[in-house]
Amino acid sequence: AAPAMNCRAEVLEVSVEGRQVEEAMLAVLHTVLLHRSTGKFHYKKEGTYSIGTVGTQDVDCDFIDFAYVRVSSEELDRALRKAVGEFKDALRSSGSDGMGQISLEFYQKKKSRWPFSDECIPWELWTIKVNVVNLANEQERQICREKVGEKLCEKIINIVEVMNRHEYLPKMPTQSEVDNVFDTSLKDVQPYLYKISYQITDSLGTSVTTTMRRLIKDTLAL
Amino acid sequence: AMDTDLSSQDRKDLDKFIKFFALKTVQVIVQARLGEKICTRSSSSPTGSDWFNLAIKDIPEVTHEAKKALAGQLPAVGRSMCVEISLKTSEGDSMELEIWCLEMNEKCDKEIKVSYTVYNRLSLLLKSLLAITRVTPAYRLSRKQGHEYVILYRIYFGEVQLSGLGEGFQTVRVGTVGTPVGTITLSCAYRINLAFMSTRQFERTPPIMGIIIDHFVDRPYPSSSPMHPCNYRAGEDTGAVYPSVEDSQEVCTTSFSTSPPSQCVFTVTKAHFQTPPPVVTDTLKVPVMGLAFSHQLSSSRLSYQPAALGVGSADMGYPVLFAGGLNAAHPHQLIGPGKEGGVPPVPSQPAHGTQADQERMCTPLDGVHYSAATPSSSEDTETVSNSSEGKCGSPHDLLETIFIRKVGAFVNKPINQVTMANLDIPFAMFAPKNVELEDNDPMVNPPDSPETESPLQGSLHSEGSSGSSTGNTHDDFVMIDFKPAFSKDDILPMDLGTFYREFQNPPQLSSLSIDIGAQSMAEDLDSLPEKLAVHEKNVKEFDAFVETLQ
Repeated sequence: AAPAMNCRAEVLEVSVEGRQVEEAMLAVLHTVLLHRSTGKFHYKKEGTYSIGTVGTQDVDCDFIDFAYVRVSSEELDRALRKAVGEFKDALRSSGSDGMGQISLEFYQKKKSRWPFSDECIPWELWTIKVNVVNLANEQERQICREKVGEKLCEKIINIVEVMNRHEYLPKMPTQSEVDNVFDTSLKDVQPYLYKISYQITDSLGTSVTTTMRRLIKDTLAL
Repeated sequence: AMDTDLSSQDRKDLDKFIKFFALKTVQVIVQARLGEKICTRSSSSPTGSDWFNLAIKDIPEVTHEAKKALAGQLPAVGRSMCVEISLKTSEGDSMELEIWCLEMNEKCDKEIKVSYTVYNRLSLLLKSLLAITRVTPAYRLSRKQGHEYVILYRIYFGEVQLSGLGEGFQTVRVGTVGTPVGTITLSCAYRINLAFMSTRQFERTPPIMGIIIDHFVDRPYPSSSPMHPCNYRAGEDTGAVYPSVEDSQEVCTTSFSTSPPSQCVFTVTKAHFQTPPPVVTDTLKVPVMGLAFSHQLSSSRLSYQPAALGVGSADMGYPVLFAGGLNAAHPHQLIGPGKEGGVPPVPSQPAHGTQADQERMCTPLDGVHYSAATPSSSEDTETVSNSSEGKCGSPHDLLETIFIRKVGAFVNKPINQVTMANLDIPFAMFAPKNVELEDNDPMVNPPDSPETESPLQGSLHSEGSSGSSTGNTHDDFVMIDFKPAFSKDDILPMDLGTFYREFQNPPQLSSLSIDIGAQSMAEDLDSLPEKLAVHEKNVKEFDAFVETLQ
């Protein structure tokens, strides 16, 4: 879905070897979520609340000369790994040139009256465009390890720049509204509500969705 | 309408936030340069002691240094807090790598809510700092420290000095937070030309015939420089005692309100905050000849866990065998054979600088080994009692024997003597008499700012990896357990694997350090004529000795 008018959109691009896809995606996603997660809220009387503590940990990449920091939450890590794993598999089996993108969208829920379903209003969208390269020999792989590591360093700096702009963030919710802003299902941390989706670009260089649209348009034009 | 002047409560809160933000900033930066992976746990219930809702450990020494630098002030215009990260090689060359600057500029944001927005943005800024500290070049360097160089930090307050970073340094901005009294900015200037590193390797002298040469004496940190190593032992506290952050008693129990701004509640409560007890160095108990023998590992780093080697009760020091051939009267004098019935007297306290001399002359004579006295030093200890060594008289006669940690040749710090546990051993009369407590043993409680490396350090993987001294090509090789063939040794209380692991990273030889190396070199040269004269005088004895060997 296209971002709404007030939704901030950031795009990052990386070229990686097949086996680096997962780690590169996790590095970026975890870095974003580090900034977009708080401790668990504990609401008390009179509309006040206290916030739990977020721990962090270093993660070393195996296929990239790179390390990053993520939130200490196994649940969150598992969720991201699952999404990234699916993305990687889709990339591999698509038969495309190895191009695709994975998106991390932060949204707010707006409750609607029955029979209308709740609206999801995105307020920040991160898109990582991935280009998978194939390397011929070990020497190239070694260079790729270092180069991708350097590139990821740049991406982290970019992410931090965006975070530092202190642009729109959802208002801190009351207890009744908290599930419309935050994902409260995890036991140790509380990220803003997010969803991860991905697209694989077919070999024509167009994403699958746009191909379909063009077909229909062309058909109708006849 | 809201009063745009800062209320006194807000002002107090803001000052406190800035102060603790500065302290946490320093912790994050230094911890990111320790050379190890950091891991803290999330906690859903607020503990009341985690500033900015982030689990960032407080290393007491680091807090102490930061407070010393700040001296009760806060970052303000023209007064920035800087954390300088530099690298120092084993040869003594040093180079500034990064300067992290926490600055304040005049741009004020009067509208912003202190107890809420500023606090949360400071928290966000710390998260950014966690992320950015891993992407500058110094991070990878610091993960590989230990073999040929160490990473040091220095905190200063005042004007930022970037001249030490060389030409073409780059800057990365971590972030800014506007406050009613100014805008806090956090950035890092880092050197990009890091191509100077040499790949000089240590040359390890192999143990000489049963003498275990202990290279792992901590080299005292040159007291002139205010630098501190990033990898140090936070646990042992009988050396320098740093008060745990005294304002840690003022913990920050954040309480936020979702009601209209005027009812924003922020409480700061006083509570007791105990830093966790220091980690005691693990030691290994290895039974030898039916008696328990304790020997202490030269672990010295913040989170070094010698898990592979087992855990025992903290006790004594390294087993070291014997050295021979020292003359009591004159440290420079050679011992000839046949003196005093084949038992060379044990020297008394030679001066520090000449010790290297002395050691060089150690040779086992006539197959006789006996304990050597070494100069005492107030910081070092060695108290070991052990089952007897095969080489020391008859093993069955002795219940205990003395082991001295013999300082390896060319190591520039002497260690002191060990006591005699049992006077029945041969040559007991030559054994030194002092006893020093384990508390003074630098292996348990290091001097203030030690600079040595731990044997197991030096690779990206913190557990069990066989750190290759040449760098990063073996990152994916993780050594789980090192079991060399035929490695069990009945005599020594450690097997080859343990030995190998422990002695992988010997500290720098003193002759390799510019100052001390030069010093002892000069002394060597000075003493040469003397030595030559002595040799000449004893030529006949030497010849006779040589005859006996043929």
